[in-house]
Amino acid sequence: MAKLHVNGLVREIDVEDDTPLLWVLREQIGLTGTKYGCGVAQCGACSVHINGEVRRSCSIPVSALGPNDRIVTIEGLSRDRSHPVQQAWAQVDVPQCGYCQSGQIMAAAALLAKKPKPSDADIDEAMTNICRCGTYQRIRAAVHVAAALPKPAQG
Amino acid sequence: MHITPESNGLAAASDPTRRDFIVRSAAAGSALALGWTLPGEAAAQAGLAGTELNIWVVVQPDDACVIRIARSEMGQGTLTGLAQLVAEELECDWAKVRTEQISPQRNLAAQRAWGEMGTGGSRGIRTSHDYVRRGGAAARLLLLQAAADDWKVPVAELRTRSGVVTHAASGRSARYGQLAGAAAKLPAPDLKAITLKNPRSWTVAGQPLKRLDTGDKLDGSKRYAIDVRLPGMLSAAIKACPVFGGKLVGFDAAKVGTRRGVRGVVRVNDHTVAVVADTWWRARTALDALPIQWDEGAGAAQSSATIAAHLRGGLDADNAFAQRSEGDARQAIAGAARKVEAVYSTPFLAHATMEPMNCTARITADVGEVWVPTQNAEASYAALSEESGLPLTRCAVHRLDLGGGFGRRGGNQDYVRQAVSVAKQFPGVPVQLIWSREEDQSQDFYRPISMCKLSAGLDASGALTGLHVRVSGQSINAYVAPQTVIDGKDRRQLQGFWSEPGDAQLGYSVPNLLVEYAMRNTHVPVGPWRGVNTNQNGVYMECFIDEVARAAGSDPLAFRRTLMGKHPKHLAVLNAAAERAGWGQPLPAGRHRGIAQFMGYGSYSAAVAEVSVNARGEVTVHRMVLALDCGHAVNPDQIAAQVEGSVAYGLSAALHGEITIDKGRVVERNFDSYPILRLAEFPKVETVIVPSYDFWGGVGEPTICVVTPSVLNAIHAATGKPVRSLPLKHVKLA
Repeated sequence: MAKLHVNGLVREIDVEDDTPLLWVLREQIGLTGTKYGCGVAQCGACSVHINGEVRRSCSIPVSALGPNDRIVTIEGLSRDRSHPVQQAWAQVDVPQCGYCQSGQIMAAAALLAKKPKPSDADIDEAMTNICRCGTYQRIRAAVHVAAALPKPAQG
Repeated sequence: MHITPESNGLAAASDPTRRDFIVRSAAAGSALALGWTLPGEAAAQAGLAGTELNIWVVVQPDDACVIRIARSEMGQGTLTGLAQLVAEELECDWAKVRTEQISPQRNLAAQRAWGEMGTGGSRGIRTSHDYVRRGGAAARLLLLQAAADDWKVPVAELRTRSGVVTHAASGRSARYGQLAGAAAKLPAPDLKAITLKNPRSWTVAGQPLKRLDTGDKLDGSKRYAIDVRLPGMLSAAIKACPVFGGKLVGFDAAKVGTRRGVRGVVRVNDHTVAVVADTWWRARTALDALPIQWDEGAGAAQSSATIAAHLRGGLDADNAFAQRSEGDARQAIAGAARKVEAVYSTPFLAHATMEPMNCTARITADVGEVWVPTQNAEASYAALSEESGLPLTRCAVHRLDLGGGFGRRGGNQDYVRQAVSVAKQFPGVPVQLIWSREEDQSQDFYRPISMCKLSAGLDASGALTGLHVRVSGQSINAYVAPQTVIDGKDRRQLQGFWSEPGDAQLGYSVPNLLVEYAMRNTHVPVGPWRGVNTNQNGVYMECFIDEVARAAGSDPLAFRRTLMGKHPKHLAVLNAAAERAGWGQPLPAGRHRGIAQFMGYGSYSAAVAEVSVNARGEVTVHRMVLALDCGHAVNPDQIAAQVEGSVAYGLSAALHGEITIDKGRVVERNFDSYPILRLAEFPKVETVIVPSYDFWGGVGEPTICVVTPSVLNAIHAATGKPVRSLPLKHVKLA
């Protein structure tokens, strides 16, 4: 039985130790906003925050996590799409198919938490998630827009 | 049954499959409209609450207008664009527009009133703009007539704007929501008699409006098919024989049957096995542990090397399909003052949609349902009916927006058939089939592999007198609908070289021209892939024409212009791209430009790339300018998004993309071995839309055909050496 702290709630999960966090979120807790893309930490569609760091949940076994690890998924980023990254994404009309965007938004939010005014080089380095539709130019623009918006309340 | 290919050569692009045929035939039958027996379908067919003015428009009491959409949304923005076209004619309040997707069973029950649902070939808007606009206009006429009847004034004295009808003389006005009830009782106007607006005066269409479907993509609440959750649902992981054409001999179910959560190991078809469990992770890990015996068949002897040799044989084979033969190219080249010759090649490519193939199915003795991401909901519908053995009237397709399509989820409904086959073995229990990324990479319908030998003759003045193009490669039509290809005469593989205007016309006039195709099929399944055939042929033609220009001592832009006098639309986009990019003007040290133009999917495209190549041979693409004439521009911002998308898809292929074959199977099974372009590699992209307002062209695919050649031509300018094979990761540039 694993205890996980997800979006502010502690959950007890009965799964095999090697079950990746991604599948615990999607299949045990019902948080389907975090996506499966590759399963090998390449694409970033499964990105979540763990203790404020962006991590690829497909490659983290649940046994590596404890109740003190604070996990935040796209559903927990804000209550009402009010996080500056979400606002900026809407303003720039970033998503196309949208499938990778949960991960992109989580990666951008983690970047801005560390570097409130990132340079293009910072964005190049931090935003490594794959998008097949080709929203990269808008992602870059939206990260800059988000950086100019008021900071999110500490959750 | 025999299906005749369409005369434009796009037979397979229109999915002339048995599945479409089934739905079309059923729609033509009169008994069908009577016999709807699917539980819950009557309620679903009632749609969103409100007053239906016609099949395209429903007005709700709060004045919101529901616009029905028949095409699939996979990120390309067709939902927003089609709604803009209806709203333009309807003159409703754009802020109150909602959309509703039509299911194939609803379409069928209404004798296919909503028309074609297939979404591919960049046809979503260009083949439905007329009837959707007429639908919007007809609904507006009904609302006008209702107001005129009520106020006893002539319709000609009324105006509509933003969902309100006004009569200036009397100062009266009424909202659409107030008029809809009376309007719906009026006889429908004659659609053919309607005069549509001049697109130059559009105020809703033609504008860079925000997409209608962004909100739930920002907080994880959007449900893709992979996110469907049904009571009691099981999950399935699947494995098909890794060697194409191989068979499933057997598997040892006992080895995994006692694992936690596993409910069964099932034969899906003659070459596929699946494990069904309470969660996908348990199904997948059990499948990985399942001993499986395959009969790999003859395909196991094939490799990239054998396939390359097979294609190379087509380059000089005596027998080929001469699709264009004008003058005598061979003779003109043989007698030319200067000859240029080159052989190019492009690899198989996977689609790699971010959302892997998946489908959820629930099959009982009398009802079949699927929840599916599909580019062709009617093909899904027919696949469900065929595989379940249930009549169409007892089947339902629940379509969900796609996490990427790119041609993978159109005619080939393999994943729907698989899900239905598995679910049939668990009657009444919903089963969600999800492919692993490895399965998705290994069981695709790949962009066809091809090579191209090009020869040109120049006279003493440097003018092009003869051009011979010989494409050797695999045919999509021969794979999808073999009966449509006779003696290898498949003009579709020559998209972009055609002589007739309108779809994929070559933009050059050459006095002696020979364009040939030598069909060389392989055991690897192939299918449409964003901009297919024009993206390979664009590389061949546009890189070679640069080589010819160099041989003639000419500037690549100036040389092209000399061949384009009879192709003003091609020339206009070429000039637009060159002008915006500053062709001929100085660049920072180390940067070089390349240019390309080509036509496909009904639109004209051109690009200029700015590239540098460092001492280690590493390429950086700094900037790309793309010009597009798609005739009418329904949403310029979404057109720009599609152009940016075509750069990402095209550049990813050019830099990294390659599916190779070893022992008959795919080698690149995930993104570690099949790298995808990332943000840091994405250049600054500028889109120049050059609408000529006299045709309707595609948007999603056209520009990809100029992305790679413009980059390769810039690399040629930088290194002095042409690049003739892809991907670039294998090409030594230093």
